[in-house]
Amino acid sequence: MSKQDHAALADEFNKDEPRVDWHDQTLWFVREKRDKAAQKVPEWEWLRDTASKIKDNVLSNLSEYLTLFEEQAIRNGIVVHWAADAKAHNDIVYSLLKKHGIDRMVKSKSMLTEECHLNEYLKEQGIDVVDTDLGERVVQLAGEPPSHIVLPCIHKKKEEIGEIFHEHLGTPAGNADPQFLTHAARLHLREKFLTRRAALTGVNFAIAETGEFVVCTNEGNADMGAHLADIHIACMGIEKLIPQRKHLGIFLRLLTRSATGQPITTYSSHFKRPRPGQEMHIVIVDNGRSVQLGRKDFRNSLKCIRCAACFNTCPVYRRSGGHSYHTAVAGPIGSILSPNLDMKQYSDLPFASTLCGSCSNVCPVKIDIHEQLYKWRQVIVQEGYAPAGKKLAMKAMNWVLSNPSVYHTAGKAGRWFMLNAPFTVNNGLNPWWKGRDMPEVPRESFGQWYKKNRK
Amino acid sequence: MSSRDKILAAIKNNQPDQRDLPAVTPPGTGEFSGLSRQFIEVLEGIGGRAYIVSGFHRIATILKEQYTDTHRIVSTCPELSALAEISQHYEDPHTLENVGLVVLEAHFAVAENGACWITEEKMIERALPFIAQDLALVIRRKDIVPTMYEAYERIAGAEYGFGVFIAGPSKTADIEQSLVLGAHGPKSMTVFLLDEEMSDAGFY
Amino acid sequence: MRVGLFIPCYVDQLYPQVAIATLHLLEKYGCDVDYPADQTCCGQPMANSGFEHLTQGCNDLFIKNFAAYDYIVCPSGSCTLHIKDHLHGDADIPKKIYELVEFLTDILKVENIEASFPHKVGLHQSCHGQRGLKLAQMTELMAPPFSKPEQLLKMVKGIQLIDLARKDECCGFGGTFCVAEAAVSVKMGKDRVADHLHHGAEYITGADMSCLMHLEGILRRQKSPVQVKHIAEILDSKE
Repeated sequence: MSKQDHAALADEFNKDEPRVDWHDQTLWFVREKRDKAAQKVPEWEWLRDTASKIKDNVLSNLSEYLTLFEEQAIRNGIVVHWAADAKAHNDIVYSLLKKHGIDRMVKSKSMLTEECHLNEYLKEQGIDVVDTDLGERVVQLAGEPPSHIVLPCIHKKKEEIGEIFHEHLGTPAGNADPQFLTHAARLHLREKFLTRRAALTGVNFAIAETGEFVVCTNEGNADMGAHLADIHIACMGIEKLIPQRKHLGIFLRLLTRSATGQPITTYSSHFKRPRPGQEMHIVIVDNGRSVQLGRKDFRNSLKCIRCAACFNTCPVYRRSGGHSYHTAVAGPIGSILSPNLDMKQYSDLPFASTLCGSCSNVCPVKIDIHEQLYKWRQVIVQEGYAPAGKKLAMKAMNWVLSNPSVYHTAGKAGRWFMLNAPFTVNNGLNPWWKGRDMPEVPRESFGQWYKKNRK
Repeated sequence: MSSRDKILAAIKNNQPDQRDLPAVTPPGTGEFSGLSRQFIEVLEGIGGRAYIVSGFHRIATILKEQYTDTHRIVSTCPELSALAEISQHYEDPHTLENVGLVVLEAHFAVAENGACWITEEKMIERALPFIAQDLALVIRRKDIVPTMYEAYERIAGAEYGFGVFIAGPSKTADIEQSLVLGAHGPKSMTVFLLDEEMSDAGFY
Repeated sequence: MRVGLFIPCYVDQLYPQVAIATLHLLEKYGCDVDYPADQTCCGQPMANSGFEHLTQGCNDLFIKNFAAYDYIVCPSGSCTLHIKDHLHGDADIPKKIYELVEFLTDILKVENIEASFPHKVGLHQSCHGQRGLKLAQMTELMAPPFSKPEQLLKMVKGIQLIDLARKDECCGFGGTFCVAEAAVSVKMGKDRVADHLHHGAEYITGADMSCLMHLEGILRRQKSPVQVKHIAEILDSKE
């Protein structure tokens, strides 16, 4: 596990309660927008079901679809690269830039490159990368990772962004008007678009049948980058495949309604061939996904289309912030994807949930997220990543609960519970007491009452 | 074994049993009415605007009224040659940096989300609909489909190098969820719905 | 019909009045109720912590205690769901176990409750009951609304059900989550309580005592006069 686990980082986040309230309400507002957008589509639940089934088909034919996609993409004039892991991915991107003598690049949003830590790697190689999504640019200037996959700087207040822009872009101190700051970023980044010869984008959907890929943005930053650059590099995980173009008619109806409550993103760009004189590259990345595909209980996590609806609805995410997940993809979906990447480092994440199930209900591809959280807990314990103290407590609890005579003699009503119940199990400092009073212990248990009154 | 072959072999080895593709035809009656009204309402809801017009002379009049200060207007519509530069080709997309308004004909529009579909051959340069400060698209009023399902039925196997659905002006809400129009692309989007049977006074 | 009464361990030990109210209700509607004395726990606290493999003892004990009944009824959605989803070794039990509310609405088809509770009451929808057992429609889904607990509560004389800003947000109890992630758990609980208080609740009710125990802990810490009451207590109430 990393230095601080989710609980410790969440504890830190909760020291500023008004900020937690603000964070919670901002994201709940996005969840409400999602609800309103979905309500306008009478066949919403049918769309989710269909999307989920299309992804079932994709997972069961993934190697064939990838082969077909590659063949079609090459026919379209796109160069296709394969990366087994993050390092291979980063090396491929760097070698392409090096080959063209390029030392600065614009990049639109790609969670895959976050997962691979591409920016850090390229920086070490002397390449200057500018993130062009406004939210990503903000966190990049702040020296932080994104806290949300759709709204990267949702944890930042506008005043803080005003300060960052003042420091880095020279905007007037104290100006925190979103309209003004966005305009400043527009001017700042337009210069980058016009001067960078390479542009990297993510991929939302790759179509096996045609070899084209679709990139969705609201800002237009992927297009500004790609259409002005000599070389366009698109990076995608193997799970981004969909079989046919017509399937976009399902996914594009779901993606943005689930993500932000918009009916569609401003731009849904279909890249099929490089423009004359341009080079277009696709890097197809595995990085543990083929392993996840082999885990029967967890392979459905690969259906994810990165809408972040599960973030916005998650009562824990809203009150712990994206950075508490200490991983590129936070939130409920991140908690079922990350243990596959590093079970030890992310062994805390499946426990950062109440298993309330709201995530599974908003998921546009119907991933059984909360059930996978439960299952990851079992795997993590079985693989030996549970803290030793917890193991002992659980064994003790189980011994009592498996033996009625022990249970009944463990003390008079309530006493054993007050010492050992689930909510006081980590006794010591008794975290229950920190924010809550203890229940009052009754005179007798129901078992005792029943013996006197019914038998 | 190459990296490619290793990855594909690992996937093949781990992929689950065959699951069939579902039908993508939506349930329901498939009856739609008032598509242009719905399209306009949705487009306005996402920060765009629309006019139903009887011909290009109306488009020219409206544009002249609204873009009095715009120096460089680029279009693919020869009917607008009086106010726009009509070109078939630009050597370097970077020279489009100072375009104020671009007026392009698009293929069709989608009522449920306010999007218009346009492909490369209708945009002169791929960068053009994005780099301009303002965007106007022209669509035949009859070319509005209800949903993305019909949109892809219509696109079907069409050949293009680049195609895009554009729905409203470029926008962001990254700063505290405050919606700001004009992130990197056009700050406004106007759609002209061309209906030759309309009277000139008409705006639905 | 012979009903085996399954009382969650913490209800047995800390909230006997909830079990008594449950028993009263079942008896009132003509069930032949029996409480197997050797019952302890469904095993959920261990299983949700990742120790499902330790729950064999609880599992076997549950089968031994309850296999013989026509129905098993429990005043907790969470424990009921755990048995439904995770009990192994007896295929019938998951089919004949019911949470109290759904047993009253779906099996006993109760249409009339002689109870009165003249107070403003907020209903807390516990996640396992709602999303797991589908006791009520979930706000995430685009589907017609219904609510079995509300259906019953509306039959209670004098009761005034309040609206909530967030109808089915989790309270943050979450089993061992309540101590392992105490900061978030408490904050979730405080926010839930605030929603009820803001809308004028005098009582918070629900079908899961564990959530209510957590909310009660927060209310008491805040020295609030507002109380929690399990839905069985209200349905069995004669004020």
